[in-house]
Amino acid sequence: MKIVFIIIRKEFKQIFRNKAMIPIIFVLPLLQLVILSNAATYEVKDIQVAYIDHDNSISSRLLIEHIKGSSYFLAPIHFETSRQAEEVILKDKVDMVLEIPGDFEKNIINSQHPQIALRINAIDGATAGVQNVYIQQIVMHFNKNIQLKNKTLNTFNQSFSKTESIASFWYNRNLNYKTLMVPGILVLIITMLTIFLSSMNIVREKEIGTLEQINVTPIKKWQFIVGKLFPFWVIGLLLLSVGLLISKLIFNIPMLGSIFLIYGYTSLYLLVILGMGLFISNFTDTQQQAMFIAWFFVVIFILMSGLFTPVESMPTWAKIFTEFNPVAYFVEMMRMVMLKGSNFQDASRLIIKTFIYAVIMNSLAVWSYRKKI
Amino acid sequence: MSLHINNISKSFKDLKAVKHISLEVKENELFGLIGPDGAGKTTLFRILASLLLPDEGSANVAGFDVIKDYKKLRKNIGYMPGKFSLYQDLTVEENLNFFATIFDTNIEENYDLIKDIYIQIEPFKKRKAGDLSGGMKQKLALSCALIHKPKVLFLDEPTTGVDPVSRKEFWDMLKKLQKKDITIFVSTPYMDEAALCDRIAFINQGEILQVDTPSAIVKNFAKEVINIRTNSIYKSLQVLGKYQYTHSNYPFGESLHYMDSRDDFDPNEIKKHLEDEGIEDVEVQLITPEIEDIFMELSRE
Repeated sequence: MKIVFIIIRKEFKQIFRNKAMIPIIFVLPLLQLVILSNAATYEVKDIQVAYIDHDNSISSRLLIEHIKGSSYFLAPIHFETSRQAEEVILKDKVDMVLEIPGDFEKNIINSQHPQIALRINAIDGATAGVQNVYIQQIVMHFNKNIQLKNKTLNTFNQSFSKTESIASFWYNRNLNYKTLMVPGILVLIITMLTIFLSSMNIVREKEIGTLEQINVTPIKKWQFIVGKLFPFWVIGLLLLSVGLLISKLIFNIPMLGSIFLIYGYTSLYLLVILGMGLFISNFTDTQQQAMFIAWFFVVIFILMSGLFTPVESMPTWAKIFTEFNPVAYFVEMMRMVMLKGSNFQDASRLIIKTFIYAVIMNSLAVWSYRKKI
Repeated sequence: MSLHINNISKSFKDLKAVKHISLEVKENELFGLIGPDGAGKTTLFRILASLLLPDEGSANVAGFDVIKDYKKLRKNIGYMPGKFSLYQDLTVEENLNFFATIFDTNIEENYDLIKDIYIQIEPFKKRKAGDLSGGMKQKLALSCALIHKPKVLFLDEPTTGVDPVSRKEFWDMLKKLQKKDITIFVSTPYMDEAALCDRIAFINQGEILQVDTPSAIVKNFAKEVINIRTNSIYKSLQVLGKYQYTHSNYPFGESLHYMDSRDDFDPNEIKKHLEDEGIEDVEVQLITPEIEDIFMELSRE
């Protein structure tokens, strides 16, 4: 134990004596948290609509007024011909073109199906989808209003009975993207930092030759590994603490579940990541190699973790892959506990998976760490 | 026997770094492994320090097999690699403390062993190891290698890149350590340091050429060596290169050394030959061969 302790003390001394290390460990990740959480959002705002009104009726103007009234849309721009409108969509000046045909009002009054044409710039498919949903909602709203008006105008007209769905968004009432993103980005930051630090740490000793000096001592494999990795386990938990504090103070993210569950799970999760880091450092000779390999895994894990794109929309093979992606576990866990208030039992599936992962990863790492080179 | 090496070989891909080496080193001996860069010295050291597995053969250090008993072996050896490999960002004191603790001892326990060396760097004990001068780094490395009172000390090219004064100091320290019951196995590319060892082994291209005391090696050398000074060493080398009786000739400091292929000859013949070829100020002198001459001769074969 004394030997493990002296290695831990040595590691901490080296980390904190390195002047660049403290900002790298604590300041940069938290800046990332603040910047990314504010920037990474799916909300689509300030949609610019161009419209061509062939009808020029009260109804068509009412539809435009509806769009103008929405907080997601800028004031629509009017064009005489559809060719002009298409030109501006080509130049990226507007996001969509709305064309109202000449018989629009006539069809409404005659209870025919009035139609409008909508062309959306779908270079960014996700954004186009969201814009489409927004405009559909406005048109629906317009429909309802116009029906009410028609009733008073034309009492003979039959009233339609229509099913209306009212959605209520659970666990994130206002669909606030920050609530979704902050716990995820915190996961990303903890993962990146601990895997980079741990994978580069032992390689560094290899690179500067001190590992050779350590290897001729009677120090045991486990003592050295525990002594080397424990400091990063502590740093990971410290980072979590500061990150949680920021999410509460700056972003006001709810914390419905048990904070102890989060800490307990993170302690386990960090073992997976540290094992992975050690595994990488066993197969590399320089810090540069270690960094690029860690980078390769981290990017795949993070982009396929369900943090930026939902797992549900991935192809089947990718879904299977996320079953083996520890970052996906952690993202899910954080969201479950923080936003949904899940308890130990709800999360037991994830905890067991992570535990198995930690055991496998660390056995592999210890096995591949050859003290005799 | 403190060190017993039996038929050790090691290859790295196509390169045979060490070829069938067998050696014995006695208790408390200061044994020198002399050879140029790339001769296989470091490979042999790493095998003996249990850092590298040999392809074949066996070795026994301080009574422990380097393969089977490597755990016990590591408690009983001190190893100082050629490259400075202590923690540069820890202070002198922290480095020493760290290695003492790893060997389950402390500085006080074996202080008498390192006292003579450590006392010279003690004024800088709060300084980071990376900020020390080359000579001081080497003293710190030696202190760290000695802190657990090893039975055998392996020093891999300890004096490479160290100034002549520090080199001399270092060898004096080794002589003192030897009296404290420590077997020292040291390698060096400097031939002049060979004379300071009790016994030496010449190594070249992975093979041991000769093992003996420095004086016996010189005494048993059969060839006569002639030191030649002229106005143009370069021209003389060319002339002697074509001379029918030349066995070998090579520059040595400001002069050149020459060995004749005949067993019996008159040095003045060579002088005359050089003068006939138009070289002036020729001085020839029969000298006692130096270790380097013998090494040059051995590595020719």
